[in-house]
Amino acid sequence: MDSFLQQFYQQLVNGISLGSIYALIALGYTMVYGIIRLINFAHGDIYMLGAYVAFFATTVLKLSFFPALIAAMVGSAVVGVAIERFAYRPLRNAPKIAVLITAIGVSLFLEYGGMLAVSPQPRTFPALLPTGIYHIGGVVINSYQIIILAVSLILMAILTYIVHRTKIGKAMRAVSFDNDAARLMGIDVDRVISFTFAIGSALAAAAGVLVGIYYNSIDPLMGIMPGLKAFVAAVLGGIGILPGAMLGGVIMGVVEALVSGFISSTFRDAAAFGILILILLFRPSGLLGKNVREKV
Amino acid sequence: MREKTKNDLLMLAAGIVIYAVVQSLISIGFIQDYWERNIVYVCINIILATSLNLINGITGQFSIGHAGFMAVGAYVGAIMTVKFGLPLAAGIVAGALGAAVLGFIIGLPTLRLTGDYLAIATLGLGEIIRITILNIPYVGGASGFMGIPKLTNFTWAFFLMLLVLFFIKNFVNSTHGRACISIRENEIAAEAMGIDTTKYKVMAFTLGAAFAGVAGALFSHYTYIAHPASFTFMRSFDILTMVVLGGLGSMSGSIVGAIFFTWVSAFFAEWPEWRMVIYSLLLIVLMLFRPQGLFGNKELSLKMFGRLTGGERRGTTQGN
Repeated sequence: MDSFLQQFYQQLVNGISLGSIYALIALGYTMVYGIIRLINFAHGDIYMLGAYVAFFATTVLKLSFFPALIAAMVGSAVVGVAIERFAYRPLRNAPKIAVLITAIGVSLFLEYGGMLAVSPQPRTFPALLPTGIYHIGGVVINSYQIIILAVSLILMAILTYIVHRTKIGKAMRAVSFDNDAARLMGIDVDRVISFTFAIGSALAAAAGVLVGIYYNSIDPLMGIMPGLKAFVAAVLGGIGILPGAMLGGVIMGVVEALVSGFISSTFRDAAAFGILILILLFRPSGLLGKNVREKV
Repeated sequence: MREKTKNDLLMLAAGIVIYAVVQSLISIGFIQDYWERNIVYVCINIILATSLNLINGITGQFSIGHAGFMAVGAYVGAIMTVKFGLPLAAGIVAGALGAAVLGFIIGLPTLRLTGDYLAIATLGLGEIIRITILNIPYVGGASGFMGIPKLTNFTWAFFLMLLVLFFIKNFVNSTHGRACISIRENEIAAEAMGIDTTKYKVMAFTLGAAFAGVAGALFSHYTYIAHPASFTFMRSFDILTMVVLGGLGSMSGSIVGAIFFTWVSAFFAEWPEWRMVIYSLLLIVLMLFRPQGLFGNKELSLKMFGRLTGGERRGTTQGN
C-alpha cells in the first residue's frame, strides 16, 4: 500500500477511537446545554473524576474493568447531580454570566481540589485488559481501540434508547424544547435536570476510564483540553442534538489525528478551535442543526 | 460639560496625589519589592479589567479571550524593544496597535454571534493566538521570549492606567458610549433606533483589545519574559473574574475588582496548593450570594458617598 494512504488510514483509525471518546463527553455537554442553556465548564473535570474513581477502584479495591467502569460512572453521576444541586440550581434565575462564572469556579475547584487530594503527579493507569495488536492491510489496530469503540457505541445506544423510548427521556426532550410549557404539563423540571446531569456525568466518566486505559496515564488537569474540545464537538454537530454530538466528536477526533499526523502535533489544539470558529461563522447552528430565528 | 471637566480634573488631582504618596513610599523603601510588584500588577490588572468591562459590561458582548490580545501586546511590544531597540513608549504603542488590528480583524466576523457562542468563539480565538505564538520560533516559541529589558516601573504603569481610565470613562459618556450601552440593553431596539450596532460593537471590541495590548506590553516589560503559558484562557478567566467581581458595567467596580483580586492572589501566594482551591470557592460563593457583583452596574462616586452621609437629596438626576 502507498505509504501516504497507509498513514492516512492509520490516523483515521486513531482519530475514530479518540473521536468516540470526545463524543461521549460531548453528549453530556449537549444534553446539559439543551436543557438549561449552560456551558458546563466543570464537565471536563467530571471526566477526570471518573478516571480517578476507576483508578482507585482497580488499584485499591482490586476490581476488574467492568465493575470499575460502573463504579466510575455511578460515582461521577452522584458528583454531577450534587454540583447541579448546590452550585447551579440556586442560580436558575440569575444572569447567565453568573452561572458561567460559577461553572468556571466549580471546574477550578475540582481541578485544584483534586490536586490537593490525589497529588498533582500523573498516575499510571493499570493495564486492565489484555493487549493485542492486529494488522489489517498495513494498518495497526490495538485491542484498546476496539474496546473504546465498542463501549462508546453501547453507551450511545443505551442513551438513545433512554431518550427516545422511556418516559424520562420524553420528559427530557420536552424540557429542552420548552422549559415553561413542560412545567405546565406537570413535568418535574428539577428532577429532569438532575437526571440529565447524572447521565451526562456517567458518560463523561466512562470516557475518562477509556482514556485511562488507552493512554495509561491520568492527572488532575487532564480534563481541561478534552472538555473544551468536546464542547467544540457539541457545537460542531449542533448543540442540543444527540446525533450531532456523536458526529461532532468523531469529526473532531479524526481532524485532530490527521493534523497531528500530517502537520504538527503542536497545532492539534489550534485545529480544534479553528473548526469552532469556522462552524460558528458559516453554520452557527451546527452541522445537523436547524436555523432558528431570533425572537424579537 | 463643565461639570465633566471639573470631575476629570478632580480625578487627575486625586490620581497625582495617590501617585506621589505611593512613589515616595517606594523611594524611602517603606514599600518593598514584593508589594511594589503587586502594586504594578494592580495597575496592569485595572487596565485589563476596565478594557474587558468596556466589551462585556458596557457593550454587553460576552468575550472571554482577552488574554489573547494581552499576549499580542506583550509580544509585539517586546519585539519593538528587544529586536529593534526602540524605547518602551514605542513598544507600548506598537503593542496596542497590533492588538487593535487583530481585535478589529477578529471582531468584524465574530461579533455577529451572540451570548454563549460569542463566548466560546472568543475563547477559541484567544487559544488560537496563543498556539500560533507558541509555534513562531522568532519570538522563542514554547520556551518563551526571553531577555526583555525591565523598562516598566510604577510610574509607567500608573500613568498609563490613569490615561486608560480617562479614555474609557469619557468614551462611555460620549455618543459612542451611549450607543454601546443601548446595544447592551437591547440590540434589536438599538438597531431599530438607527444605531449601527456592528460599528459600535466592533469599535468597543477594538478599543478593548488595544488596551489589553497596552497591559500586555507593560506586563512583558515588567517580568523580563513573555511566555505563552502566561496567556492561557485561565488568565482570561482571571480578568473576567475581576470584572464580574466588581459588577458588570461598573467601571469603578472593575477597578475595585482588579485591586481585590490581585491582593487576594498575592495573599494566598504563600499557600500555593490551597490558593486555587480557596479562589475557586470564593468565586462560587460570591456568585451564589451576589451574582450581580459587588456594585451591580452602579458607579462608585463622590455623589454616592454624599448620599450615604445624607449630604444630598435622593432622586437627583444621574446624567451629566
